[in-house]
Amino acid sequence: MRVALFITCVNDTLYPETGRAVVRLLTRLGVDVDHPLGQTCCGQAHYNTGYRHEAEPLARHFADVFGAYDAIVTPSGSCAAMVRELYPRMGERARAEGRGDTLARTLAPVVPKTYELTEFLVDVLGVTDVGAHYPHTVTYHPTCHGLRALGLGDRPRRLLEAVGGLELAELPGAEECCGFGGTFAVKNADVSAAMGTDKVMNAASTGASVLCAADNSCLMHLSGTMSRLSVGMRPVHIAEILASTREEPSA
Amino acid sequence: MSGTFVGMPAFPEAARGAVHNATLRANLRHATTTIRRKRAVAVAELSDWAELREAGKQIKDHTLRHLDRYLEQLEDAVTAAGGTVHWAADADEANRIVTGLVKATGETEVVKVKSMATQEIGLNEALEAAGIRAYETDLAELIVQLGDDRPSHILVPAIHRNRGEIRDIFRAEMTRWGRPAPDDLTDTPAELAEAARLHLREKFLRTKVGISGANFMVAETGTLVVVESEGNGRMCLTLPETLISVVGIEKTVPTWRDLEVFLQTLPRSSTAERMNPYTSMWTGTTDGDGPRAFHLVLLDNGRTDTLADAVGRQALRCIRCSACLNVCPVYERAGGHAYGSVYPGPIGAILSPQLRGTDSDIDASLPYASTLCGACYEVCPVAIDIPEVLVHLRERVAQGGQVTRAGTKVVLKPARGHAAERAAMRATRWALTHPGAVRAGQRLAARTRRFHPSRLPGPGKAWTATRDLPAVPPESFGDWWKRTNGGTRDERGGSR
Ligand code: SF4
Repeated sequence: MRVALFITCVNDTLYPETGRAVVRLLTRLGVDVDHPLGQTCCGQAHYNTGYRHEAEPLARHFADVFGAYDAIVTPSGSCAAMVRELYPRMGERARAEGRGDTLARTLAPVVPKTYELTEFLVDVLGVTDVGAHYPHTVTYHPTCHGLRALGLGDRPRRLLEAVGGLELAELPGAEECCGFGGTFAVKNADVSAAMGTDKVMNAASTGASVLCAADNSCLMHLSGTMSRLSVGMRPVHIAEILASTREEPSA
Repeated sequence: MSGTFVGMPAFPEAARGAVHNATLRANLRHATTTIRRKRAVAVAELSDWAELREAGKQIKDHTLRHLDRYLEQLEDAVTAAGGTVHWAADADEANRIVTGLVKATGETEVVKVKSMATQEIGLNEALEAAGIRAYETDLAELIVQLGDDRPSHILVPAIHRNRGEIRDIFRAEMTRWGRPAPDDLTDTPAELAEAARLHLREKFLRTKVGISGANFMVAETGTLVVVESEGNGRMCLTLPETLISVVGIEKTVPTWRDLEVFLQTLPRSSTAERMNPYTSMWTGTTDGDGPRAFHLVLLDNGRTDTLADAVGRQALRCIRCSACLNVCPVYERAGGHAYGSVYPGPIGAILSPQLRGTDSDIDASLPYASTLCGACYEVCPVAIDIPEVLVHLRERVAQGGQVTRAGTKVVLKPARGHAAERAAMRATRWALTHPGAVRAGQRLAARTRRFHPSRLPGPGKAWTATRDLPAVPPESFGDWWKRTNGGTRDERGGSR
């Protein structure tokens, strides 16, 4: 199986350690993962801000770069949701606008083979115990697009529960949005900050030392809030926890 | 829509006060989290919830597709049952019709059933201008009216008030409108309800004209349905001599049987009740029972224009249950008033900019008043994909395009104030289809990382006012991959 890593533009630029963790994890599980260097961005920010026409070339570029692989794995629930849920919608809209089937046909191949990391592990590789060791108390925030658009369900939880040394603390109000929302964080900064603060305070109330999520965009917002509120917690992407072993522990 | 909201600031400014108002935040949090939990339990009881939701969606979609036909069928049925049907293209026309009908009775007072449509058109203000006093009889609407306030929730218009505030309003204001509240009124629910009951009872017994909306109109029989919890609506619908109902045209359902679906989904979604306490249904007039004259005012007010939009029209499926408000984290913090409309919350954010257009600051900002978390879509009993419509309306604001206004197709220009964003989106799109440009930018950012400020000026300030910025790493993932061939070559401190 030819597996490609779609790192996402946010991770590529700001969170390379998440990408390295994915590579380490998948390699340990026997997956030969490739990272096509022509990749850039799924176009989600453009699309969700109302620039569907600017997102279309990015989607076509994505399909071009990843079309030949058997599976595309990404450590981001919202980017996976963009491809799986919104690429088909973009194709439909183009058709409805009288622009024919070309876009829909171009994008169709990548849609079913794009997986968020925890989905890929549980559904494609069929593992929940990835042999990780992470001796910390962790609370998990299910990010909205993973939770509601992809329906990740308890996959991340099952993966975390199987991690050696890890203690999982229940996050109150877990399913409530953290307030990031892409450009929402800037356009509606007050409401966004209020939501972020509530999420961080809920996380802090668990006594966990680590706030884990499967999306670094949300963690970026929460991390910035945490350090401003001087809460003694660290945000950590789930890939870094799953990549951690006794021999090579992640922070 | 109502003149009350003209000149509202854009959502972010309108929300600011609420976000920093601790009492309001506490009131809203308490109320919404309680009802949210109860709704989840009530919905989970039904094993066929998903099917009911799908059925509700399909019934509404079918009706909307053939609305012309069903409205005419409805008109015929209502007329045959002794009612009179009036057609109102917009708020002004509806207000004119209702004011004229009340005046023709010679009365100067009306009792009102809780109704979104009459609020949408600003009927109370129009009646007042014509010298007619309208008494709101829904408990929460009464609180809003007495407090000279605005509703902030579809179902619980006074959700922003706590019991202490309500007692103070009753004590200070009831006397201006009729029977005063007792001097020793406390804030216990029973006492508050009793004070309202006595205050309203004299109005029910005296007033000869009732005004209502309706939750459903059955085309085949001409039956109107009002779903409420207090029984006050029932009083207004049965005691007066003349009943005038103002109803949005999208409230039509084809057959009596269709009610089976909605009378299950609506109460569970809105109040978490298995069955609605007071469901009033009437068909025209009946000799010796109830009002002797019945008028139905069918209200368009932007609905036909909304129907013309293939993506946006799903908003017309709404049965006003308010489940989407109760789960919305933005609503919980911004409060209902920030939405500048009688329709607050997620549904308001997609309905107001369609019914009113996107010209005003508030309407152009509403599509952005969401993180697109999808909680609203998940609970909506008629499966309105609110995030989809929000994004669609963002496109309309940012990029312009074709819309229907008052029945005519017009091409909207992109909104002012989005020019810089448009340019940025174009530039990043260019860069992101040219991977080399992205790499160059990342390397520049990495080289200059020591100089990155922690607080940004201009638009970036919106981020850094409350959040630190992430540190830019010395090397992007792509560069690491290239240098180490995916970690298989010497890493020199790259990966752990
Ligand atoms: S949009 Fe859906 S959830 Fe919201 S009020 Fe309407 S029917 Fe209820």
